[in-house]
Amino acid sequence: MLLEQSPPVSADTPIPITLTINGQRRELQVAPWTTLLDLLRERLDLTGTKKGCDHGQCGACTVLVDGTRVNACLALAVMKDGAEITTVEGLAGLGERKGSNALHPIQEAFIEHDAFQCGYCTPGQLCSSVGLMNEGHAKSRDEIREAMSGNLCRCGAYTNIVDAIEDVMHGGAR
Amino acid sequence: MTKQISPAAGLDRHVGSARSRVDGPAKVTGLAKYAGEFAAPDLVHGYIVTSTIARGRITAIDSSAAEAVPGVIKVLTHENREKTAEKAKAYADMVAPPGTPLRPLHDANVLFSGQPVALVLAEDFETARHAAALVRVRYAAEAPETDLAALLPKAYDPPVKRDGIKPPPKAWGDADTAFGAAPIRVEREYRIADEHHNPMEPHASTVVVEPDGTYTVYDKIQGVANSLMYLQGAFGLKDDEVRVLNPYFGGGFGGGLRPQFQLFLAMLAARDLKRSVRVTLARDQMWSFTYRPGYIQTVTLGADEGGALQALKHHVVHGTSRYEDYQENGVNWSGVLYGCDNVTLSYNLVQRDTATPGDMRAPGAVSGMFGLESAMDELAYATGQDPIALRLVNYTDRDPVEDKPFGSKALKACFAQGAERFGWSRRDPKPRSMRDGRELVGWGVATGIWEALMMPSSVRAVLTSDGKLELGNSTGDLGTGTYTILTQIGADALGLPMEDVTTKLGDTKLAEAPVAGGSWTAASSGTAAMKACRNIASQVFVLARGMENSPLANVDFERVVFTGGRIAVAGEPERGVSITEAMRAGGFDRIEATEKAGPDTDFAKQYECYTHSAIFAEVKVDEELGQVRVTRVVSAIAAGKILNPKTARSQIVGATVMGIGSALHEESMLDHRLGRYMNRNFGEYHVPAHADIHDLDVIFVEEEDKANPLGVKGVGEIGIVGTAAAIANAVFHATGKRVRELPITVDKLL
Amino acid sequence: MNRFEYVRAGTVAEAVQAFGAGARFIAGGTNLIDLMKYDVEKPGRLIDITRLPLTGIEERDGGLRLGALATNAKVAYDDRVAQRYPMLRNAILAGASAQLRNAASTGGNLLQRTRCYYFYDAGTPCNKREPGSGCPAIGGVNRIHAIFGASEHCIATHPSDMCVALAALEAVVQVSGPDGERSIPFAAFHRLPGDAPERDTTLKPGEIVVSVDLPERGFAQHYTYLKLRDRLSYAFALVSIAAGLELDGDTVKTARLALGGVAHKPWRNVEAEALLVGKPATRDNFQAAADRIVAEAKPQSENGFKVELARRAIVRGLEQAAAGTPQSLSDKRIQ
Repeated sequence: MLLEQSPPVSADTPIPITLTINGQRRELQVAPWTTLLDLLRERLDLTGTKKGCDHGQCGACTVLVDGTRVNACLALAVMKDGAEITTVEGLAGLGERKGSNALHPIQEAFIEHDAFQCGYCTPGQLCSSVGLMNEGHAKSRDEIREAMSGNLCRCGAYTNIVDAIEDVMHGGAR
Repeated sequence: MTKQISPAAGLDRHVGSARSRVDGPAKVTGLAKYAGEFAAPDLVHGYIVTSTIARGRITAIDSSAAEAVPGVIKVLTHENREKTAEKAKAYADMVAPPGTPLRPLHDANVLFSGQPVALVLAEDFETARHAAALVRVRYAAEAPETDLAALLPKAYDPPVKRDGIKPPPKAWGDADTAFGAAPIRVEREYRIADEHHNPMEPHASTVVVEPDGTYTVYDKIQGVANSLMYLQGAFGLKDDEVRVLNPYFGGGFGGGLRPQFQLFLAMLAARDLKRSVRVTLARDQMWSFTYRPGYIQTVTLGADEGGALQALKHHVVHGTSRYEDYQENGVNWSGVLYGCDNVTLSYNLVQRDTATPGDMRAPGAVSGMFGLESAMDELAYATGQDPIALRLVNYTDRDPVEDKPFGSKALKACFAQGAERFGWSRRDPKPRSMRDGRELVGWGVATGIWEALMMPSSVRAVLTSDGKLELGNSTGDLGTGTYTILTQIGADALGLPMEDVTTKLGDTKLAEAPVAGGSWTAASSGTAAMKACRNIASQVFVLARGMENSPLANVDFERVVFTGGRIAVAGEPERGVSITEAMRAGGFDRIEATEKAGPDTDFAKQYECYTHSAIFAEVKVDEELGQVRVTRVVSAIAAGKILNPKTARSQIVGATVMGIGSALHEESMLDHRLGRYMNRNFGEYHVPAHADIHDLDVIFVEEEDKANPLGVKGVGEIGIVGTAAAIANAVFHATGKRVRELPITVDKLL
Repeated sequence: MNRFEYVRAGTVAEAVQAFGAGARFIAGGTNLIDLMKYDVEKPGRLIDITRLPLTGIEERDGGLRLGALATNAKVAYDDRVAQRYPMLRNAILAGASAQLRNAASTGGNLLQRTRCYYFYDAGTPCNKREPGSGCPAIGGVNRIHAIFGASEHCIATHPSDMCVALAALEAVVQVSGPDGERSIPFAAFHRLPGDAPERDTTLKPGEIVVSVDLPERGFAQHYTYLKLRDRLSYAFALVSIAAGLELDGDTVKTARLALGGVAHKPWRNVEAEALLVGKPATRDNFQAAADRIVAEAKPQSENGFKVELARRAIVRGLEQAAAGTPQSLSDKRIQ
């Protein structure tokens, strides 16, 4: 059935959507061309999710949609109506295994292993790491490297990032 | 006076120890805000329209369709924008090379493809981007010239030298005659492609118009003082009219040294609309300004049968723009690294219709040392010597250019320790002699060198009576760890836990410091921080000694230590008072000191200061298909004292990754007919991904260096110098094929 | 992105009905939104088909039916696909990134557009983007361009990895449109540029991919997907090889071979495949097939290396398939 059983929504009419962002239900009005990334960054001041390339080629905008990692820059917000979104700001609230300082274990492991420098790719690397662990396919270092290759890091913290993921995956965080 | 200062003996608990980044929690929670992320009421979003031609003139701009889009506020072009400073010099920033800096939207002239020609201002980002596509620009185009090889006949010696960059030294001896007489000769051309910095954070500026009409500017820059100077020059702003901040910085590598056009445009728009404005570059626009210029270089080595150099010539040509003569140190290394009696170094530019290139991580050294260290490997094979042995034959403890000893140079130890860790002694020198299944295995080595610099820098320290210390200056932490090392220095100097020390950076309201670059920040800001903290320590000590019945009465400052928040007599921990008590007793809520540090000119008269490295690389190359994998790199680094082995290691590892990119991946490809870089995205301009990076090992060979009281020489650049040569040398060892043009892509190995 | 209407369809019929001039169907959006941001695609209406009931993977005629909306990740990690069509799994996992595979759909993968630099750059001419404007890739920066089947109007390549495997598997594309439903053999789905490079496929306006059907024969014993690229992951293929063999002892009974990164569509040469049939699976015979394929190559100014790379990759890919040692996805050493 067409949206709201109505004719196509014209280009200048905002569309009502509901998103649950970091556990919080939000009723929003969005233009159809608003990406999930711009919605988060520009409208909701959740600037933790980064815009590195805006074309799905760097991974800095990685967020979890219903627990699955995707590039927020290539998702229209209107198409995610009803979804649960977790951004870096909400990682600490995930799961039962909380680290100290109210951080997610992967966040602690990134600090411990110095898995970032400038920090700009970091939110994407973190969300991608959680997504990777949710997927459960990657186990070895080779597999982690391959499965994390959608997240570029120009500072070159790759080896430390893999160390951090292995640490958490194998239960040795902190 | 500088030289007497040292961290209180025995108390450097933090300095020299691995410490996690103090900015870590902000960065892993998403709370760290970058220049394009600061909110302001009624913020306007700007999107830049860039030129599609590389050379010519704009004949007409039609913005009507763009302006008709609901939400579009205005389109600024050279025809309708506020007049700013007329003289080009007013746009020269702190690191501008000689020439006429770009004046964005100044006139109808187009100097390079991707030059800003209009700025669309709208209520939201997507509207601005959409409308930008509707701006119609007509041009009278001229044929561009961007092909470095074709332009070689037009190469010239830049008439005005760039400030701070040493031109090639005068030739010494007679390299041509000596080369002619040398029994072993290597003369080869080496090339490296244009590379773009591509930090993960695109350049962005947010100009906030405050209620009182002043501007608070968040700019992506490696030192806010430079943006301030630029804005003042271009817009005639006074000191109290503008403040520039950049607390977090999403990667620079030199690409953020100079204020870029989005800063100018955001300010222009803010002044025009009297509203706050943000302008963020799209990723493809990151190819519209500074880049590492590709080189065509020739290295000429003549040696005796034992490999001792008798003649050395190094000639470099690279591109610059039509409007500025960008210069870097591309050849001087060849005169400094090896002892040779007949040396000629020369360096030329070629004008191309591109933006001005700029400093990119170890500018000049990455490119020039690829040539020199590849040629040295070729010489090693020509003389039948081990590449390390050849380098030791030509080792020098004095800088031949300046004829002075090095302040420290532990390069021999780098070779020894690196070789040991890498297992170099098990190398069969014969090309194609080592294999692992279908893959040929190659081991290569190269040397790295970078200047150990200091720049005048100030730090202000404030101690409050609750025992908290705050340090600050205007330089930036690029991800290098400056926040952390200054915090460590402050904590040690006053005996405080790191949690009680806060470092603030990237704000023109803080003490003045230069742009962060050249690997000089740790030495410069670090020394200033230490001096400021020692100043405070001495003031607190006076208060402590003046307390009634002070246990420190009659004790000299030199005899006390600061530890656990207390001032105590060295070796008598019970005999002391707390900092808090001393301040309260003295009636002080806060004690403040600003100190400046700069190069030690006396030391510089006697010594030359460089960092060195030995880089060992292992590659595995599919014999049939030419796929190269860098499976191991050991970097042995001599960079003086290491303040924080954890963050310093990350600097070296990160530079190694960029070096692998330079060796195997990175190439900005120009269509010379259009004068346009065509692979302007992360999908087609390849930087290494996770899968490309395997085992990276770092050895710090610590040196005692007295150029500054911390003994620090800097680690930001040294990790990348020589990395590409080590990899190319390993590829030769693996395959017997000498690739003299970077990047080493599969087509060059078939 | 241009201004557009947004329509959310609940059924295939609604989606087809909502179609009109300037409309585009959107599923994963990983290429379409990318192109819209570059102003290459400017749909007046986006028809969101993500809620259509096309996400399943079902048994059908001894093969599998992949719903058009099954994500790349869902297909790749489906146990039946892994066991019966590992070539397809490997091809999918060789492409893009985990994030993109989580969003991208099966149908969308078929419809992704070339990565030609000029196509993506609205500041340059491109016959595929603006018919008749010219092709600066010819004689320009064309390292990544086609060596087979190009025309004087367009030398772009199809960027998909998944489609290369689907071509080798001889999948069938089921579509639904204003004129009803039809089946398109995979080889007939994508087209060569000819004088209409703006058309990538043989889909008619308003037609929507509803499923991709995999025939029973999956080459699960003897297969490979070998991808050569400029970095070891997250890069498009310079040359890729999907190979499947059925062997009787040492003798080739059936051979399938498709190449990616070299043409406007996944490239097959059935004569070369036929050369292998009935012959021993030896390097010499693989070499002969490779020679036959590359004999037709017409390289551009900067991509001559692709001819030799393709020749060698074909041989290696067939060796991997014959030996049952397919290319590993995470260990980048080529088997």
